[in-house]
Amino acid sequence: MNGAHDLGGMHGLGPVNPYPEEPLFHEEWERRIFAMYVATLFVGIYAIDELRKNIEVMHPTHYLDSTYYEHWAYCVEKSLIDRDVISEAQVLERMNQLAGEAA
Amino acid sequence: MSRHGHNHSPSPSQLSLRVKALESLLVEKGYFESAALDRIVETFEHKVGPRNGAKVIAKAWVDPAYKQRLLADSTAAIAELGYSGAQGEDMVVVENTPTVHNLVVCTLCSCYPWPTLGLPPTWYKMPPFRSRAVIDPRGLLKDEFDLEIAANVQLRVWDSNAELRYLVMPMRPAGTEGYSEEQLAELVTRDSMIGVGLALAATA
Repeated sequence: MNGAHDLGGMHGLGPVNPYPEEPLFHEEWERRIFAMYVATLFVGIYAIDELRKNIEVMHPTHYLDSTYYEHWAYCVEKSLIDRDVISEAQVLERMNQLAGEAA
Repeated sequence: MSRHGHNHSPSPSQLSLRVKALESLLVEKGYFESAALDRIVETFEHKVGPRNGAKVIAKAWVDPAYKQRLLADSTAAIAELGYSGAQGEDMVVVENTPTVHNLVVCTLCSCYPWPTLGLPPTWYKMPPFRSRAVIDPRGLLKDEFDLEIAANVQLRVWDSNAELRYLVMPMRPAGTEGYSEEQLAELVTRDSMIGVGLALAATA
């Protein structure tokens, strides 16, 4: 699929700004989604190609405007919903519940 | 509001909450325990990293038979040192020489050899590196990594994919003839195995 992820040869995306040393994760939720990506593959809910496919169907503006681990959060959630492991309603309900507990 | 039907990024706090909700639901449904996620994070933060790849390269520098095996069947030769598994199932080692310099990228995403290098640095995963590496690799190395590849050196760019991962074997630095394998491994940087740098110079 020649979506926004297919970046080879595109001009104008700005400087690389490599840092010699940096943490692997910048936020705690990045650690958790990384581990869930690995764990859901390990227990065999889906294959890695399915996660790849679901990154590639992200809307181009969303893809380019979001961070790396946001892509992972998107594809893990979409793949789980597509496989009927969870529903979007369950996710929203659980978010409300967790937000209520934190308040 | 359906997240998968629209194209705006959620706020960071929404994203954090969303990921918490996913973990909570999957744990509740019995797919794994939160402690298993902790162990996965611990492994990649502290146990796997470019020191593994450095040992592979240093061994190849001192052991010609190993180097031959490494270039002929990289996956098997790397597994001899105990490095194998997810995101390293099919490995290809590409050798730098006085006439060839190799650079690795993943234009489509972030494919990277986890067992030998760990997780990729952020810049490797972001659009500026991925887009420019294949259209202007010499400019990219010079401008962003302070690495000038001479005009008479061929620059080969390898685009990784979900199945096939590349590891660059940098040239052994001059003046390291008496070095042990362990000392040599210290000179092999992560960047030199991606091809955005060279192995460190010998310490006098």
